[in-house]
Amino acid sequence: MTLTVNGNPRDLTPGLTVQGLLEALKMELDLVAVELNRSILPKARFAETALRDGDAVEIVHFVGGG
Amino acid sequence: MDELIIAGRTFNSRLLVGTGKFASNAQMKEAMEASGCEIVTVALRRVDIDNPGDDMLVHIDREKYLFLPNTSGARDAEEAVRLARLARAAGCEPWVKLEVTPDPYYLLPDPVETLKAAEILVKEGFVVLPYINADPVLAKRLQEVGTATVMPLGAPIGTNRGLKTREQVAIIIEQAIVPVVVDAGLGAPSHAAEAMELGADAVLVNTALAVSPDPARMAAAFKKGVEAGREAYLAGLGAERRQAEASSPLTGFLRD
Repeated sequence: MTLTVNGNPRDLTPGLTVQGLLEALKMELDLVAVELNRSILPKARFAETALRDGDAVEIVHFVGGG
Repeated sequence: MDELIIAGRTFNSRLLVGTGKFASNAQMKEAMEASGCEIVTVALRRVDIDNPGDDMLVHIDREKYLFLPNTSGARDAEEAVRLARLARAAGCEPWVKLEVTPDPYYLLPDPVETLKAAEILVKEGFVVLPYINADPVLAKRLQEVGTATVMPLGAPIGTNRGLKTREQVAIIIEQAIVPVVVDAGLGAPSHAAEAMELGADAVLVNTALAVSPDPARMAAAFKKGVEAGREAYLAGLGAERRQAEASSPLTGFLRD
């Protein structure tokens, strides 16, 4: 399936969950926020939310800033 | 004890520190430590998917430092609200430095969008610390909608020019019912001391520390500057005069 992740097209395994995506990207799950199709996805739902073809995902984290 | 109280929470340090622009994570951490700060600002950005890297901020002790996410990058209220909500979803306490800066040249905050976003975020239970130009009327309006502080700039972000907005900041301080944090443009400990001598409750500094060849040493200097300014304010500064008034006695001179 093809999704847009952080603005770029990406091919991913069908049925991948949000948690699965984050793990595949080797991301720390602490201090990360996810938007799925412009809606904030609560962390508690990462493991149960399956991604679908055409979804747009934004994954953000904290960086240094003033 | 002369504590800083924001939204019912007590702090001993009146120096807030930004985590941006440091040459290395190590320098950033050392500067934070040397500053004695208890509140640090952070930004929210997309993860670089191809290079997620070591998420350094994850390793900052959040028992010791309160993360204050900023909404930098927001060009209007809607973007700022989105960023604040994302920060909260990421696991931060619902404190936010509300920063709406559409103009990339001076990075001056948009007052209309800031007030709009503040109203929404206060209603959603955020502790809102709005970054504003030193406009006393805007400061009042924000306090009326329930922001936890007001944060007027001394000079545009990153300019190190000091308290150019001194007169207006003085009015804001006089009229404020919440803590006033002078934020942006402070380039030297003397600038921070000046803001504190005027009666500011705290200052926020980032660039001056990050761009110094010795950020930790500069942070320690700012810590002293903030403390010196605060002590002077509490002690009571002498009035300015035009005419001289002698410091030594006017009698008993060695002459007739």
